[in-house]
Order: sequence, then C-alpha cells, then structure tokens
Amino acid sequence: MIRVQGLHKRFGSQPVLRGIDLDIATGEIMVVIGRSGGGKSVLLKHLIGLLRPDAGTVAVDGTEITRLRGGELDRVRERYGVVFQGGALFDSMSVSDNVAFPLRERSRLGAAEIRGRVEEKLEQVGLSGMGHKNPAEISGGMRKRVAIARSLVTEPEIVFFDEPTTGLDPILVNTIHHLIVELHRKFRFTAVMVSHEIPEIFEIADRVAMLHEGVIVEVGSPEAVRASANPIVQQFIRGDIETVPAGQRR
Amino acid sequence: MFSSPTPELWPAPLRPIAALGGLVLDVVSALGRFGRFFAQAVGYVVIPPFKFGRLIDRIHFIGFRSLIIVVLTGAFTGMVLGLQIFLTLSRFGSEAYLGPAVALSLIRELGPVLCAVFVTGLAGSALTAEIGIMKITEQIDALQVMALNPMRYLVSPAILAGVITFPLLTAIFDVVGILGGYLVGVELLGLSPGTYFGEMKTFVTMSDLMTGYWKAISFGIIVPWVCTYKGFNCGHGAEGVARATTQAVVLTSILILVWDYFLGSVLP
Repeated sequence: MIRVQGLHKRFGSQPVLRGIDLDIATGEIMVVIGRSGGGKSVLLKHLIGLLRPDAGTVAVDGTEITRLRGGELDRVRERYGVVFQGGALFDSMSVSDNVAFPLRERSRLGAAEIRGRVEEKLEQVGLSGMGHKNPAEISGGMRKRVAIARSLVTEPEIVFFDEPTTGLDPILVNTIHHLIVELHRKFRFTAVMVSHEIPEIFEIADRVAMLHEGVIVEVGSPEAVRASANPIVQQFIRGDIETVPAGQRR
Repeated sequence: MFSSPTPELWPAPLRPIAALGGLVLDVVSALGRFGRFFAQAVGYVVIPPFKFGRLIDRIHFIGFRSLIIVVLTGAFTGMVLGLQIFLTLSRFGSEAYLGPAVALSLIRELGPVLCAVFVTGLAGSALTAEIGIMKITEQIDALQVMALNPMRYLVSPAILAGVITFPLLTAIFDVVGILGGYLVGVELLGLSPGTYFGEMKTFVTMSDLMTGYWKAISFGIIVPWVCTYKGFNCGHGAEGVARATTQAVVLTSILILVWDYFLGSVLP
C-alpha cells in the first residue's frame, strides 16, 4: 500500500502541491486526473522518489521513502516499474536492448534467459520481431509499448504510468489502455496512472483521484467520481471552459 | 545552502552591495555544486560496483573517435611549428636546434593543450549534448528509477576514460607533430635527419615528458568533468542543451588554458 500524507511542494515561490493525502491499495489501478500543469507529474515523481517534498510523507508498505537515500531508496525502487510520458527509451540502444537493460544491470540472469524474457515481454505488448529496431525508427504508440515492456520486464509490484497515452490517436489510446488492463490482470501489480484521458480512464480505473490546484478534491470509484457534486470535478469531466467560482472550490 | 539576498528589499543606497553579495553567493554556491559533483564522480570511480562496460564505451567515445582529428591536427601543428621555427632559427644560424625546439614546444605545451582543446570540441561537446538530451527526455530519471545511479553510470566512467585516453592521445599528437616538423624541416627545407633527431635526444629530458604527461592527465579530468556537469545541469528543451554545450566548450577551453599556465609555472 502507498500512503501519501500532507505532501507539500513548491518550486521557488510557486506552490505546486498543497497538502496531498491519498491512499493507494495494493493491486488496484489508481488513476490521478486533473488539468495540465496541476501537479500530477510532480506528485508521481514524489511517489517514485525523484523529488523530495517540502513537507509530508510518502510511505510504501510502511517504509517512508521520503527519508530514504542511496541504496535504501534503490531497494524500494527495485519493486517499481515506471512508464515515462515520452517513454524515456535510451536512444543509443535497440528496442531489445532497452527492454533487456534493467535485467542486465540489476539481475544475475544469463544472456539466454534475458533474451527469452525480453522476447516474451515484447510479444505481450504486441511487438514481436521489432526488437532489432532503434527507438527512432518506430512510431509513438510503439515507443509507449516498448516503455511498458521495459517497465514490466523485472516483474515489479508497483507500476507508475505518467500520461502513457499523451499524443496518441483515440484508437491507440484505447489500445494502450486495454494493454495496461490486460497486463494488470495477468501480473496483478499495483498501478498508479496519471492521465487526463476523459472518459476513457473511467473504464480501466479501480479508483480515480482528482488533483486540482495542488490538492486532491475528489477520490473514489469511477462511478462515484462521475456522480460527484463537486463543480470542479464536473467541469473537468465535461471539459467546460468556464471557471468555477472561488466559493465553490473544494 | 545559500539563499541570495533580494536587493529590492534593501534600502536604495545598499542595493548595489546586496546585488554584489548575491552575485558572490551565487558563484560560491555554483562552485560548491561543481566541486561536489566531482567528489561524487570520483567516489563512484573507487567504490564498487564498477561499470567496466561503460568505461570501455567511454574510452571509445572520447579516445577512439578523437583519433583522426588528433592525428590530423597534430601533423599540421608540427608542420607549422617546423616551418616557423626553422625560419626564425635560420636568422641566427641555429637551424640545428629545430628538432628540440619543435619537440619541446609540443611535449611541454602545445601537445597537451591543443589536443585537449580539440577533444573538447569533438568529444566534450558530444558528452554535454548526449547527457543534456538524456536529461530533457527523462532518460536520466529512467536510470534512477531502475535503481542505477546516473553519476556512476554516466559521469565516473567518462572521467576515468579521460584520465586513460588523454595521455595516449597527447602522446600520439606529439609523435605525429614531431614527424610533421621533420617533414617540413628535413624533407622540404633540407635539414639533415641526424641533426633533427640527434639534437632532440640531447635537449628533451624525462622531466619535459612528465610535464606534458601531468598536463594531459589533468586535462583528462577537467574536460569530462565540466562537460558532464554542464549536461547534467542543462536548461529545458533544445535551447537548454545548445546553451549548455556552448558553455561547456567555452568554459573547458578557458580552464584548460588557465590550468596550463598554473601547471607550467609549478612543474619543473
């Protein structure tokens, strides 16, 4: 279980997170929604341990990662898989080498076993036979799938997705979402996804949390969030452009 | 951690002093970060696990890929030296000293300095750009979340590769340069080969060779240190990477010349 309590973060004079409280249960798909620039990716970077909060804590199964450094933090991260917004594939390596990279660097598996695992993961994301290609030679959707394969190759317990469908066409968005659901069913990892794909994410999420101006304004099942009386949530779901009066916020 | 004073909060007459204080604090803070970056990189050179594969890759990146430019520039530097020194010495009737003059200029000074400047332009700028692009495309974050330390993976092997390759590249530059001087002095201007090399053996000592060697090693640290630091601290987007690359090349070139003067005045 991931427990976020009282998380605050500011960059210079700009507050980005203003007291986040959120529990993510083991094995669920939690989707964090909210407007662009609202702090979703910053929250995710705190969960991964790439950013340190000004105040507040992030605990993974009781271990407070905000206090950890170096090897201790690495041991927690070994349980993670992360799919970055742009894929973050190493452009000096082939698709296969990208997927094999975490195993080569972190595991004691032999070359043949690594090769087998890489082929298996590429097959699971529908990219069999594409291993020899360079990331620059494949499409945006394929790059996302390679990133997903790389994040899952170490069989992590928790997988973070930072806007995994940004920049893709609607068909590819659904393809990636179905792929995530399928892989989640198969491997039962805890998934934390940052997205603003409305309404598609309601189909795949176990729970949805809405982040607005640095605080979580709504959290619950997709049905509960859809039915929320909070005008900010409704405005975001409907995609309305009129602003919510200050008195009605939160 | 320092925080710069904000001059606008000070009474008007004191604002220039506050601004100057802020500037000094910024510079000291930047130097501190720069020094800590180096200390961390050196720490990961000596603390296992070692990334031998990355070291070989960086030796190839910095050393092997710079070989052609080092040979080419070394040859022409030696040829220019041979021509100019010959013309100067001939005014005093001392052409016999062409060999030692070319060799000493190259071994003590021009070899390490020019080699380091050319390798900065070629491999140093590429190091900054590569790491900068890795930073803006979240590849460095990806390394971190895979529990791989980016300093250990990207910086330490580059610095160690610099220490290994720079003396070798400098030696190649020197040898090719001396042969370039030979080509001009002996083959074109008529000096005897025995005079060119014979006088060289008389005047070039082990301490001259060691001076060049220590300079090359120190430049082998400075170039990857500055270039990887600039890559790690580049700004956003393509413009940030471009600016970091320019700054890396300019700063490294200046540091090479300053450090060369310092070592030249300290070493025998």
